[in-house]
Amino acid sequence: MSKMYYRELYCGTPVRYWMGLALLVAFIAIGLASALYMEHEGHWVTGMSNQVVWGLPHVFAIFLIVAASGALNVASIGSVFGGPLYKPMGRYSSLLALGLLAGGLSVLVLDLGRPDRLIVAMTNYNFKSIFAWNVILYSGFFAIVGVYLWTMMDRSVKKLYRPVGFFAFFWRIALTTGTGSIFGFIVAREAYDAAVMAPMFVIMSFSFGLAFFIITLIAAYLWSDRHIGDLRLAKLKNLLGVFVGAVLYFTLVYNLTNLYATQHHGIERFILLDGGVYTQMFWIGQILIGSVIPLFLIYSPAFDKSRWAIVAASALVLVGGFFQIYVIVIGGQAYPMSLFPGKEVLESGFFDGVIATYVPSFYEAALGVGGVALALALVAIGSRMFKVFPETLEDPEEA
Amino acid sequence: MSNKSDQRSMDRRHFIGGTVAAAGAITIAPGVILHAVAAIKEEPSAGASSKHRWGMVVDANKCAEGCSACVEACDKEHNIRGHDRPRTDAKWIRTVKLKDNQTGRINRLVMMCQHCEFPPCVDVCPTNASFRRVDGIVLVDRHRCIGCRYCMMACPYKARSFIHEALHDQAVSAPRGKGCVESCTLCVHRLDYGNMKTACQEACEKEGHAAILFGDLNDPQSEISQVLLKNNSTQIRADLELNTGVRYLNL
Amino acid sequence: MRSSFFRRKCITGLLAGIALAVPALQAEAESSLVTKGSEAASLDTCVAPTQEIRRYHMEFLKHDRDEVVIDGDRRVKYSLAACVNCHSGKDDSGSYLPVNAEEQFCETCHDRLAVSLDCFQCHRTTPDPTIKKFSSSALNRLHDRSIGATAHVDSTESSGLFANEPAGIQRD
Repeated sequence: MSKMYYRELYCGTPVRYWMGLALLVAFIAIGLASALYMEHEGHWVTGMSNQVVWGLPHVFAIFLIVAASGALNVASIGSVFGGPLYKPMGRYSSLLALGLLAGGLSVLVLDLGRPDRLIVAMTNYNFKSIFAWNVILYSGFFAIVGVYLWTMMDRSVKKLYRPVGFFAFFWRIALTTGTGSIFGFIVAREAYDAAVMAPMFVIMSFSFGLAFFIITLIAAYLWSDRHIGDLRLAKLKNLLGVFVGAVLYFTLVYNLTNLYATQHHGIERFILLDGGVYTQMFWIGQILIGSVIPLFLIYSPAFDKSRWAIVAASALVLVGGFFQIYVIVIGGQAYPMSLFPGKEVLESGFFDGVIATYVPSFYEAALGVGGVALALALVAIGSRMFKVFPETLEDPEEA
Repeated sequence: MSNKSDQRSMDRRHFIGGTVAAAGAITIAPGVILHAVAAIKEEPSAGASSKHRWGMVVDANKCAEGCSACVEACDKEHNIRGHDRPRTDAKWIRTVKLKDNQTGRINRLVMMCQHCEFPPCVDVCPTNASFRRVDGIVLVDRHRCIGCRYCMMACPYKARSFIHEALHDQAVSAPRGKGCVESCTLCVHRLDYGNMKTACQEACEKEGHAAILFGDLNDPQSEISQVLLKNNSTQIRADLELNTGVRYLNL
Repeated sequence: MRSSFFRRKCITGLLAGIALAVPALQAEAESSLVTKGSEAASLDTCVAPTQEIRRYHMEFLKHDRDEVVIDGDRRVKYSLAACVNCHSGKDDSGSYLPVNAEEQFCETCHDRLAVSLDCFQCHRTTPDPTIKKFSSSALNRLHDRSIGATAHVDSTESSGLFANEPAGIQRD
């Protein structure tokens, strides 16, 4: 195996890099301004209410956090599962994971009712709360992936590469399990309270993280005039296909189980049939755009050699994933809790028994997009400062 | 580069790195306060005592059609003012009117925080802001609340409200502010000074309905215990086995 | 050579900073910041000696708030509401101004020291005229006693902090 050289990312023309970064910074600025406005005025300026308490910012945040742990997968395959074709991409995988997590957390923290109290959150822990565990898991992720990246880049600590790689792999599984359990541990709402939420989130992370990885990798190499070999891309593509299929499987199990229990017929009807925008997001967004079409693009022989099919499939997976999380987070809240089974609520002073309306405001969308921009900006800056991209990802001579 | 002397060779990078690491450790170490889950804490305090368990009983038969005296009283007691934004305005107690799908029977009742013995909101609060006082009242410590609203997601009774705007002119005994979560306190500010009647109960009695009764569930001689002994009562969402402090008659 | 020059610059700067800061801190110790027209202005001393209360008021409040909120122990000596009651100033028309408003009691110190106030997002900023009974025994004591120097010392509850302290705020 010839020696692998890594080089900082320089685009074909400097303008492209700097204009791209400027655009991202502009989005970040708008996001920050929106967050400041929401915090100063109070959340009444958003679409969130006492019925739908977590809105678009949380959808973005969870999407980015879930993708972050999945983005580390490529590095894990290289170090834990011994995949030689994946190993050179390990550095970038770690950087992407760090960037996405930073972006997701920034959105989450800025949407808090009291973001100035972050230090309280970091020093007062209720260890029965999975949220508290997540604070530790997220902060620890930064540290561990930072060390992981270091073992990959610094020859003097190379012997730590495998043990840290293992540790990072298990930590990121714990992290995504924790994220899924945020919902899985809630007994109150019909859409949650399911043990399958945690592993479903783990599988979602595999899928979204890899999709992010593929898109950004191809983009970076395209713009810096470097080469990625067909075999490597094909491996990534097929892996994505497996993960998309797995997400589909978990969705099927989740919905089938709910359909079996009479108690949960209400929520199933809502998601699958008459939930309006949520039903559309599920069938068209998650299933069609997010699963069926990407699977077709990935596995159909007609697109075998096409790079654009891979990019398109990854992009659609991300779009579908976004809708999936929207349905989980917001659809799950919009459907009313059943406090009085067998009874119909005629009147209520607090919107009992009615499907809650939620219309995202511009500020929430701006904050969410700002988080994505922050993630990408950190990745862009990191890949310029550090040697994370191999000079070339051409397929090795011996196939 | 081998160093023959026994001095530790320390270049500037290592020194700075070591200092930063030490400073970081020293900064963080004393700040991590491990706070035990409040529900398990049974220390007796000069204030709240676990000898009592405060609760409430609501008689759905007596809750009168069209009446919202308790809601208005609660709002007045705590200076809860609406902003003509019903979706985001806070509400600690609310009226609910029900109709049975099969039998058609109409029921009316009031809902507030159920002050569970095993509150999901306390379980999920990351900072221990949502806690259960030893005498059974579930409260929000707004000094710790970061406004994450996870307790609102977890509450099976949709009892909690989030403050969506800056507040002014709060009641002295009910400090409440933007960005924090709150819910019915069983008028703990009255209770702690010996007034054993909640604002909602007082208003309901004044209207002549007397549908709400507050008292000590642990005291077999209290009026509420007598009522619950004689009458059949239910908990809302009893299947969750949270052992609520608020019980309902004729529901 | 470069490093030693750098080190010398650092040390010089540090000493200059300390030299400048000392007179500023000294100045703080002397002035009075009690709002004119507030009830506190008519009293000789706060519930604790000025330097004590200035330095430790947050400790007192934090201790009390945990006792009250978590333990339900309402027997606090000096509540935040009592501070507000005493230190609120009035405007020309006689209505109370928020205690954390500009140039009112809290902000005069907190603004200068750049320590942001968190309390009044939730707590009331003006005295509530409808309240008859107060949770602060200290406030009641201040009302009951004749104006004197050491009346704020409640020897039965003394924790050693307040004993033998001479009273007096130096007015400018």
